[in-house]
Amino acid sequence: MTTLPSATEKKLGLVIDLDTCVGCHACVISCKGWNTENYGAPLSDQDAYGADPSGTFLNRVHSFEVQPPEGHAQLVHFPKSCLHCEDAPCVTVCPTGASYKRVEDGIVLVNEDNCIGCGLCAWSCPYGARELDLAEGVMKKCTLCVDRIYNENLPEVDRVPSCVRTCPAGARHFGDLGDPDSDVSKLVAEREGMDLMPEMGTKPVNKYLPPRPKDQIEDQIDILAPLLAPVTEGPGGFMGWLDKALDKLPGQSSGGTA
Amino acid sequence: MHPAPSVIVFTTLSGLGFGLLAYLGLGYPPVTGWVAFVFYLIGFGLAVGGLLASTFHLGRPERAWRALTQWKTSWLSREGLCAVAALLVMGLYAIGAIFLDQHWTLLGLLGAVLSIATVFTTSMIYTQLKTIPRWNMPLTPVLFLSFSLAGGALLAGQERLAPWLLLVAGAVQLAYWAKGDQAFASSGTSMATATGLGDRGAVRAFEPPHTGSNYLLREFVHVVGRKHALKLRVFAFGLGFVLPVLCLWLPTESSLAKHLMAAVAVLAHLAGVVVSRWLFFAQAEHVVGLYYGKR
Repeated sequence: MTTLPSATEKKLGLVIDLDTCVGCHACVISCKGWNTENYGAPLSDQDAYGADPSGTFLNRVHSFEVQPPEGHAQLVHFPKSCLHCEDAPCVTVCPTGASYKRVEDGIVLVNEDNCIGCGLCAWSCPYGARELDLAEGVMKKCTLCVDRIYNENLPEVDRVPSCVRTCPAGARHFGDLGDPDSDVSKLVAEREGMDLMPEMGTKPVNKYLPPRPKDQIEDQIDILAPLLAPVTEGPGGFMGWLDKALDKLPGQSSGGTA
Repeated sequence: MHPAPSVIVFTTLSGLGFGLLAYLGLGYPPVTGWVAFVFYLIGFGLAVGGLLASTFHLGRPERAWRALTQWKTSWLSREGLCAVAALLVMGLYAIGAIFLDQHWTLLGLLGAVLSIATVFTTSMIYTQLKTIPRWNMPLTPVLFLSFSLAGGALLAGQERLAPWLLLVAGAVQLAYWAKGDQAFASSGTSMATATGLGDRGAVRAFEPPHTGSNYLLREFVHVVGRKHALKLRVFAFGLGFVLPVLCLWLPTESSLAKHLMAAVAVLAHLAGVVVSRWLFFAQAEHVVGLYYGKR
């Protein structure tokens, strides 16, 4: 069971566009909503309305600041869920066979009836994709909405993972990354999709599309500004007289340098 | 990593217990009857007590038996099987020694090998994890095995052998600390590779996914107490290795003083190993912390 399949018929996964993601967290909420009501144990919360709330989530959105050597910093919103790795360390470390990778589509799942909640799979995952549910005592992880994508009771448009269906920015794409002619594979090829922590040797199926380079922000943002240059630098008239008169009085004036 | 008491107690006690059982299996000391009973009681008490403690960190301990099924890929499963086999074989051997005045040499040898194999498989659970560079080193199994052999010799009353093994284990401990301190940096994993954004500039965690804590942070990002790491290392090394060696090498006249010294040596070693194991977990940094800008 915990032996990884040498190859899978499909490599279903997600392509996440870091250029388009606006960091709204809608995917986080829709994931929690769908997966707490469907496949497996609900995603519990602890102290949800108290001083120290926390809970189980299968998808979380980080935000990073990237400061290039020159120019302005860029903010990158960064959704992270299970990457359904080809060489998934979480599967082989499982002592009970509860964790497995499906031969037909490559989805990594947990059979919650067999999980003893030892947590070793979460220890072995470099991406933090697995969380132990405190109420249920079993490991929870992204199922790629296995209960949606093949579900003929749903309209065809809904047969994609909940996060993909929900994303208002179109930053999440679902498909077969094992098929070079699929839309997602073409997208990855075109946008130079990347792996997270490739040095870990996990061969993630999910790919991330890097943010496109931003236009340079010039020092002078408004091209009309030079035409609106102020006529005089210092105050004149009554205000000018008052300014000079107050300067002459003994004592410290705050503000100006005069 | 979160230094869970259950896992610290487990690795410390079972390491010592299986170490002692290995010596008993090899016939050091070749005890029988009541004396054997006491030795085996200590050995089994430590080994079984440690294993029981380890089940306390499970979310579903009632299903623990399932952990014996996946020995083909899982070091945790292999550890479970080795432990059960070692306890069964050494149990039979103990019956011979205690009740029948017999030492079944081959059975004892097998028990000793299985006992050491259990300690090795325990160490491999940690060593296999690429996500924790401080553990993902060949020195980790060497550390566990040297501790177990030294502690076992101490408990088995091997007063000629024990000081030398303690010195070896102490040297391994120092090497492990020195190499472990470099491990994360030399693993090549950083916020740059974690986010894939490193070639654009310096990456900084700007905002975490949630304002509260979560399972990942509680389990993998433990920073409390790391600031005392150096002091604790001194305690671990002094108690675990220096003091026991001094106790064993101190010239004593009476048999009472000798036994008292041995008891002090055992207790000091136990305390030292507990501190060392606490550091083993508390100082281990999981790469997932990088996504939170933490270590």
